Amino acid sequence: MPGLTSSQTVGPYFHLGLIRDGQSNLVGPLTKGERIAIEGLVIDGPGVPVTDAMIEIWQANAAGRYDHPTDTQDKPLDPAFHGFGRAAVDKTGHYRFETIRPGAVPGRGNALQAPHIAVTVFARGLLLHLNTRLYFAGEPLNDTDPVLGLVLDEAARRTLIATPVAGAAIPTYRFDIRLQGDNETVFFEI
Amino acid sequence: MSEIFNDVPAGTHPAYASPEYKSTMLRAPSRPLIRLPQTLTEVTGPHPGADIVGPTEGDFTKCHGGEALGERIIVTGRVLDEDGRPVPNAVLEIWQANAAGRYNHAVDRHDAPLDPHFEGNGRVTTGADGSYRFQSIKPGAYPWGNHHNAWRPNHIHFSLFGPGVATRLVTQMYFPGDPLLALDPIFNCIPDAEARARLVSHFDIGVTQPDYALGYRFDIVVRGRHATPMEN
Repeated sequence: MPGLTSSQTVGPYFHLGLIRDGQSNLVGPLTKGERIAIEGLVIDGPGVPVTDAMIEIWQANAAGRYDHPTDTQDKPLDPAFHGFGRAAVDKTGHYRFETIRPGAVPGRGNALQAPHIAVTVFARGLLLHLNTRLYFAGEPLNDTDPVLGLVLDEAARRTLIATPVAGAAIPTYRFDIRLQGDNETVFFEI
Repeated sequence: MSEIFNDVPAGTHPAYASPEYKSTMLRAPSRPLIRLPQTLTEVTGPHPGADIVGPTEGDFTKCHGGEALGERIIVTGRVLDEDGRPVPNAVLEIWQANAAGRYNHAVDRHDAPLDPHFEGNGRVTTGADGSYRFQSIKPGAYPWGNHHNAWRPNHIHFSLFGPGVATRLVTQMYFPGDPLLALDPIFNCIPDAEARARLVSHFDIGVTQPDYALGYRFDIVVRGRHATPMEN
């Protein structure tokens, strides 16, 4: 049985291999669903913006189906939406995606998961990427979401809830990622 | 029944907080990760049919009308899962320093020359048997600021999408016989010695192309799957 390949950091030069124009915009004119933007700041333990992080997101379409052969739900695929996005943070540590609000997908058992986006964080100094999830403030299904339910501490659970940004041109949700320390984002082992 | 990905054996991945690699200390989570039983979200993921990373480019040895300087290499291998099954259609994104140990990147201020005919990045997709191949220039070693007289061993960065979010992998391939490996904190933060050894490619005279380039073999292994009653 071959042994698993170990993870190593992306280092500071990942843009060279991984970042291309257009990857942070997941939608086209024909994409179905409510247009939203997601933006946030990545900060380290002392609260200093991390200026060399990369964020990847993966989500279901507006109907709650993943564009992937393993998802065999009887829901429509959207030919104009795949669900993967990638963004490098800018010089101030901020990132931004334009996407659609995902539909709900099933969890284990009969539980319905609240609409969410899988978020993966890469950076110099991270020998293994970090996995977290973004949920939406005000979503009634959050109260019964089985993954949010794993996070017993209420303040920690709040780090997974993106909050609306007032006055934005399109509905925009703020999702800061704190790698370490006060208000540290909840990260998952998957 | 659905299939979920196996647990990662202890010692395979480095700890987030690895004091020898100083940048980890302000970026590693201080709280333990919460174990998330995989759902549809984690067992699915981006796939190359959706053109997620742009066109493939498997020859880094020439660009802008000329040939890159340095020792030409061919790197080939297979992407497999832990059961030895090939992973077809996996996207490998690759980047590296040039022969002088300098990245074509604004942040890299190492006093070594850029090569106008070497960008040092590309993408390849695995075939039905999980195999991939690209040709490049052997990257040079370069200094970094982690500690006094710190040098990174020769290495090539790989980013890999396997079948799902749970198989996402970013790693580095090293070269056999490199004396810097024993001194490199990033490499040595991997606890398991066998796992470290798996990141070192093998020179292969069979891959080596006469009068052209040296050949190296590097297999990448992602998590295997097992059945689980996910729906129940």
